[in-house]
Amino acid sequence: MSVRHALLALLSEGPKYGLQLREEFEANTGQVWPLNVGQVYTTLQRLERDGLVTAIGGGGPGGEPGPQKAYRITEAGAGELAKWLRVPPDLSVPPRDELVMKVLIAVRVPGTDVSEVIQAHRRYLVELMQEWTRLKEDDNGRDVAFSLVVDSELFRVDSVIRWLDAAEGRLRRALADGWNPARAAAATASAGLPTRPTMGVRR
Amino acid sequence: MSVLELRSISKVYGRGAAEVQALRDVSLTVAAGEMVAVMGPSGSGKSSLLTIAGTLEEPTAGAVLVNGKDTLRLSGGAKSQLRRRAIGYVFQDFNLLPGLTAAENVSLPLELDGTSMRKAHLAALKALEELGLSDQARRFPDQLSGGERQRVAIARAVVGERSLLLADEPSGALDSANGEAVMRLIHRYCKRGTAAVVVTHDAQLASWADRVVFLRDGRVVDQTATPAGPETLLEQPS
Repeated sequence: MSVRHALLALLSEGPKYGLQLREEFEANTGQVWPLNVGQVYTTLQRLERDGLVTAIGGGGPGGEPGPQKAYRITEAGAGELAKWLRVPPDLSVPPRDELVMKVLIAVRVPGTDVSEVIQAHRRYLVELMQEWTRLKEDDNGRDVAFSLVVDSELFRVDSVIRWLDAAEGRLRRALADGWNPARAAAATASAGLPTRPTMGVRR
Repeated sequence: MSVLELRSISKVYGRGAAEVQALRDVSLTVAAGEMVAVMGPSGSGKSSLLTIAGTLEEPTAGAVLVNGKDTLRLSGGAKSQLRRRAIGYVFQDFNLLPGLTAAENVSLPLELDGTSMRKAHLAALKALEELGLSDQARRFPDQLSGGERQRVAIARAVVGERSLLLADEPSGALDSANGEAVMRLIHRYCKRGTAAVVVTHDAQLASWADRVVFLRDGRVVDQTATPAGPETLLEQPS
């Protein structure tokens, strides 16, 4: 998450003080990501250094940020913000996902029921979704920013559960067809790892 | 008292080589005010569980109690009456009668149960009003959007203060906003004391429930912890 660009976005509405920026940041993200005022000031200092914002009042530019200083976005800052909004984040490389690793490893540990491992994770994730849904229900759509954040978490966790469902189905079919993970891995290792196409070239 | 109690239910379809065991020793208790979601992949027995809970089908073994009554011991007539008075059904494809208006669809179960047409009509209008459908009462199903049709189906399922609501993928045919609205409504009825069982494979919808039960190969394999809240504390046996 880019605090830098979030602050630029808030300043694109007009000049603001550091404390005000922190409050508005938290309000705009449904108060899901807390931000301390130190982070705000450090980020503002860097933005000023890079010419993306300028300080107004409170001893002039270049000095220590503080409550008495307001900031204004520069033309370069507005350009940077517009560019950032439209550049897709890099999702092309799969993250080293701990849950994916656990399932891949569970397949290789003798005496481990992979379905049981998968179910333990599935239950935990559904419980997590129940907590988010309860927050959403209590809020009843009043705070749109909060609903957006909650929806994004629900969809994210949901996609992990769908992967678990798909993984379990795939493993059951493979095991029923006589697939042996240890033998399959040994065969792949001796034949040399297959080359895979590089992802994300269209970006 | 629990509204629904399934005791060691098993269900076998077919015989011999064609035999399919849909449910194996499933026990499930749903209290008044509780919303339970049943999750599982296709073929895990979710729909069988729901039709048996709704007394539309009998289990091969086990007992089904609704409001404390052993439904397998009831006569055909008494069972139909229980179905009309105590149980409401919501289906994925709404199952509204196309030749009847929204209000007529909702009042029909009451009229079938002997309520006068006038009283049934008033109750239907009230149920529709609660779901924000007053303006749609005189419309026919094909004049309603998918979300509105499902809300009419919910009104039909809860009209007459039924104690058990059974829903099979109630938002399967709806977009996410309408699906959420449907789950929100079902949960709201539960908070007023209705017990509900919602069958779904969708975790987002299941997460509206107070408790999620996981079904696999006809068995209950797991369930989520019931959150500690004032309602659950009240329902704990002392």
